[in-house]
Amino acid sequence: MVDATGLELIAHALRARLGDDAVTGTTYHRTQATVEVAPAAVEDAVRFLAREADDRFEFLASLHGCDYFPDEPRLSVHYQLLSMERQERVCVKTRMTIEQAELPSVAGLFPGANFQEREVYDMFGVVFSGHPDLTRILMPDDYAGHPQRRDFPIGGEEVRFTYNQDAP
Amino acid sequence: MTEATAAPERDTELFTINIGPHHPATHGVLRLLVELEGEYVHSVKPIIGYLHTGIEKSCEKHSYWKAITFVERMDYLAYYYNMMAYCMAVEELLDEPVPLRAQYLRVLHLELNRISSHLFWLGTAMLDVGAISMLWYAMRERDMVMDLFEMSSGQRMHTRYFQVGGVVEDIPPGWEAKCREFVAAMPGRIDQYEALLSKNEIFLRRTRGTGIVSQEDCLALGVTGPLLRATGHPWDLRKAMPYSSYDHFDFQIPVGTVGDNYDRYMVRMAEMRQSVRIVEQALDGLPEGAHITDNRKVALPPRDELATSMEALIHHFKLVTEGFRPPAGEVYRAIESPRGETGCFVVSDGSAKPARVHMRDPSFVNMQMVPKMAEGELIADMIASVALLDPIIGGVDR
Repeated sequence: MVDATGLELIAHALRARLGDDAVTGTTYHRTQATVEVAPAAVEDAVRFLAREADDRFEFLASLHGCDYFPDEPRLSVHYQLLSMERQERVCVKTRMTIEQAELPSVAGLFPGANFQEREVYDMFGVVFSGHPDLTRILMPDDYAGHPQRRDFPIGGEEVRFTYNQDAP
Repeated sequence: MTEATAAPERDTELFTINIGPHHPATHGVLRLLVELEGEYVHSVKPIIGYLHTGIEKSCEKHSYWKAITFVERMDYLAYYYNMMAYCMAVEELLDEPVPLRAQYLRVLHLELNRISSHLFWLGTAMLDVGAISMLWYAMRERDMVMDLFEMSSGQRMHTRYFQVGGVVEDIPPGWEAKCREFVAAMPGRIDQYEALLSKNEIFLRRTRGTGIVSQEDCLALGVTGPLLRATGHPWDLRKAMPYSSYDHFDFQIPVGTVGDNYDRYMVRMAEMRQSVRIVEQALDGLPEGAHITDNRKVALPPRDELATSMEALIHHFKLVTEGFRPPAGEVYRAIESPRGETGCFVVSDGSAKPARVHMRDPSFVNMQMVPKMAEGELIADMIASVALLDPIIGGVDR
């Protein structure tokens, strides 16, 4: 497992490669190592860790979003990277505001991120630039809103049955 | 059908057909938009979301222990695995150790669930390639596992047997004997399935050399589980990053060689045998002790204490009305489910309800493999490939 020291080494390598502004912080919580990077640097950071670093994390296990409402910046995207050779995981995380919810896509780097980025777009409204087919994946195409955001209400949507199908 | 693997030069128009979302061969409400060149698949696009029920969103308005019931309903054939990933993530947030007996009981139920899930796959997938009688044989043995689940938890599916800090109840008297009956019977039954299938001419022609996806493609697509192991990559989280005392058991990781549909079948059959071995070892080594943590801030006090202890009553009241509050933080915990890496990401903001629950479901990620499996092959082989992919739409759409 990546320990607290190993996490600082990863952050140091990222800073040396992408500049001091690229890494905004590190968290080590309950054996989970998380390195937080700036939104613009996320593709470079993931590419560096997956392909170029000395100790690589070559497998993208999961990509998912989160809404930290009411904290700012609200939205985040997490990249759970895994090294099968060393059996280690590290999480790359980036946070952004609703107004600037745009990230470079990693679908070119990991084809498996295709569906997962579409899910984050669908549920949180994060736009992945450079994604080959950024459309809604779980919700209907004509759906309005991004349901996993914390200020999106649960329930209250009228369900159409035969008795109310003609209602406006 | 293995002779005709290369598609001929196109001299015809593409023909677009829509398979599903309600089609018996798509294993749930999966829709495949297929472009055909004659009988060959030119392109295929899986379209999902028809079973989306917003389970992750629903978890956010329930206390931690109530969300277990929700996450179970994602991958509805591997419900113990969803519970396990979620409970492990919450235990990690709480920093709550699990007693050894509870870990063994979890392993017992997880491996029984792996067998039942693979049996369901065996029955339905063989239905798609024409071996209809397999469904009845597979369901017969799956029923023995369901009976065991019913004995230990009162439910056959969606048992909610795992609790944060351990399991809800210890196994009842007679469970062990019944489980040993199953362990004794199962290897012979797997022999019977293999006698029916493994050298069956029709089955071989449907599966050998079809739906091949290379190891590099699997890794790039994030594919895990039996599909990755069928390509020869021995990646199994039970061995690689052991959890819940999996390192106490002696078992092997079956791998394939070329990554075609036949390898996927062989890997799952061999996995069932290994699961039977693990169940047997867990029964033999089942330690004495508590089945759930004695931390009253996390787990309910035993029922009999409520009549005599005021403190127990207060703990019971607090847990049922409000639930526990893990310190703020976020964790991602992954386990090896019958379909690959089931990961659970839980964020706590310090309140009694999870701020975010995300399940990395293997079926969702593995679904992206369908175009790689099917394009350039016969449409009949695509049906076999989807069957051998073993997607559970409840897990795909959540």
